[in-house]
Parts: sequence; structure tokens; C-alpha cells
Amino acid sequence: MSESTAPVLRAEGLVKTHYGEGAPAHAVRGVDLSVARGEFVAITGPSGAGKSTLLHLLGGLQRPDKGSIWLDGECTDGYDEARWAVERRRRIGIVFQFFNLVSDLSVADNVELPALLAGVPPKQARAEREALLEELGLTGKERSIPGELSGGEQQRVALARALVNHPPLLLADEPAGSLDSRGTREVMRLLSRFHQRGQTIVLVTHDARLASAADRVISFFDGRIVDDAALDGGPSSGKGISGVLELKD
Amino acid sequence: MRLPLLALLARGPAHGYELKQDLEQLLGSAYPQPNVGQIYVTLGRLEKSGLIEGEDVEQSSRPNKKVYHLTDAGREALRAWYEETADEPRVRDEFFMKLALAPQTGLADQIALINKQRRQYLNTMRELSKLAAAEDRDNRIAHLLIEGAMLHLQADLDWLERCQEELEDLQ
Repeated sequence: MSESTAPVLRAEGLVKTHYGEGAPAHAVRGVDLSVARGEFVAITGPSGAGKSTLLHLLGGLQRPDKGSIWLDGECTDGYDEARWAVERRRRIGIVFQFFNLVSDLSVADNVELPALLAGVPPKQARAEREALLEELGLTGKERSIPGELSGGEQQRVALARALVNHPPLLLADEPAGSLDSRGTREVMRLLSRFHQRGQTIVLVTHDARLASAADRVISFFDGRIVDDAALDGGPSSGKGISGVLELKD
Repeated sequence: MRLPLLALLARGPAHGYELKQDLEQLLGSAYPQPNVGQIYVTLGRLEKSGLIEGEDVEQSSRPNKKVYHLTDAGREALRAWYEETADEPRVRDEFFMKLALAPQTGLADQIALINKQRRQYLNTMRELSKLAAAEDRDNRIAHLLIEGAMLHLQADLDWLERCQEELEDLQ
């Protein structure tokens, strides 16, 4: 299979059970998924449905009990921790609900670090960082440390960090989960913008507003995919938008 | 449409077309454009019930236009409107009855019904997102209207999720 036609991400038969106190939790119970280049896929479902676990499996942050994952057609079965860490710099960018920035590094260093670790020359890393921070409206915040920024700003830094190496795949785990309404709209706007430029995105969220920015929505319940729907953006069968906006006496 | 028109007239006299423009400006592209015919019909009814009064104003090159102003009774009706709180939004009762009765009919699967309904809501949510993106950033009222619609839809989607959780357990 050539690189250009293979899905950016493919998963088959993924199973993950958490064993803690009490009964085992079947977080992911047999998931098949294929994400084509340029797709923006949202995975929604109630909390505890296992959608974050699924995302962690897709990013190699956790290993499945069963099943396999392919990146650009390449099977990851043999990957060890170190190899996954490399892929998370090269092929996969991840943003999390709580940003996970390095708290004592400046904004600039947080963004440049993954580029430098991937062997990008410092000058180029800096240029990439400057371009991204400008794009994300963070110019002037380079020297701040994360704790000095608002939640929305921290998430934008996290987005810059995730994208600094131009990974083919962006994974986002509840990226607006700790943001207010304004921050949510901002994240939504930015994800849409990167998507329009061809970024492949897999987003996990319980927020339907955020999910509606995607062009495909997967409903996840109890560890399984129960619906997989393309949002065509065409008029819906009901009264749709005029029905919900109609003001009456 | 009756009371919003009264409210617009509380500021001062206006003719029908001005009122249409005021509404459009206030609510932005989010609101389905008020039909000017509907506005004239409503103004006629308001006049009949004594809440407003119209006065013909001559125009040099065009037919007369009618300028309306609020009467005391109209101001009273408006005051009463502001006194009372609005009704709560209703549960999507038609969908609920479909869902509740599905097992007895044997004609529809409950989970499939939920999935279908969710797709429709998500598509509408997407349209609302696009509308919000296209709306003038400074029109706060229009944005609040769209956001209100999105939050209601979000609640309906959350409720579908609850239905799915409960009903999947039964299956």
C-alpha cells in the first residue's frame, strides 16, 4: 500500500480493559476505525464511555490488549515506548484537556522543544514557533510561563506545540473541556482553520458544539462505536435552523 | 411578532419598513428575515385592538406611508409583557412519544431512532456554527441568539445520550 493512499490512521479490533479496584472496566470493546487524509473526525459520547482511552490507544499513550493500529499504512504492533515517543513528535500531535505544558518553561520553549527533540535546527524551530504563535494570536507571550496565561491561551500554546513538527495527524482529547464558552469557540475556530488547510484531526469531546465542527461524528457508547455519521452540512430533514431560531410571542 | 413590534415602537413612532429594518439590525443574519407583509398584517391587528395608532404621512413622489405610535393601552400591554416571566422550553415531545412507543409497534428500533435524531441535531448544530462564524462579531445580540439555540440543542443531544445509555442497558 503506498503512503499516499493509505489512511492516516487505521485501527482494527481494538480492546482495552482497565483492571483496578472492583470490577474490570471494559473501556474499549472492539473498535475498527479508519481515518482518511484530511478528514476531521469527532468522537462523542458520555463521560466514562471510553472515548479518551480510545484516543490514548490511537496515540500510543496506552497499549491495547488486543487489536492493531496502522499509521500511514504502517503497522505499529512492534513499536516500543521509545518508538511511539518518536512518532508523537513526527506523525502525531496531541492536545489534552489540561494542556500538559511544561510549567517552568516559557511559551517559546514549550513550542520549540518538540521540534528540537525531533532534530530540527534551532533556527528553523524558532521560525516555526514564531509563525505558529503569530497565527494563534500569541505574539508577545513568548517569554511568559504557562501559569501566567489564561486557559484559552494555554490551549493555544498546546496547539502550537502539537503542530510545530507538521504532524499528519492531530489528536485532541477534550481540548475545550476546561475552557469557558469563549475559549471553546476559539478552539473550535482554530481546529476548523487547520482542518481547512488539510490537517487531519481526530477529536474526542462530549461537547456537541465542538463536535459539529467536524465533518464526521462517531458516537461512542460503552466502549463501542454505535453510530458513524458524515455531517453533510446540507439542510436537515426537519425544520432545522429556522426551527430552532424562530422567536415567538 | 406582536409584542416585539410594540417594544420597537416604545422608543418612538415608526413605519412598517423601518420596524423590519430595526429587527434585522438587532438580530443579524441569525434570525429568519421577518417578512414585511407579516409585519404589516400584525401592525393592522395591533391597531384594531387599540394598542397602536397609525397616521398617514404624505410623501411627495410615493404613496402615503403609515407611521405608527404606541397608545396608552399598548404601553400597558408592553409593561405586562415585561412583568411576566417566559415559559420554559418544552421537551421534544414528538420524538419522545416515538421513542417511548417504538417497542410496542415493532416498526422501529429505539437506538436507531436516537441515532437518526442525533444526526439531524448535529447537522443543525453545524449550520448554527457556520452562522455564528459568518455573523458580525460585534453584534452581541445576534451571537447570544445563536448561542442560545446551540445550548438548547446541546441539551437535547445530552438527553439523547441519556436515553441511549438507559435503553442500551435494556437491550
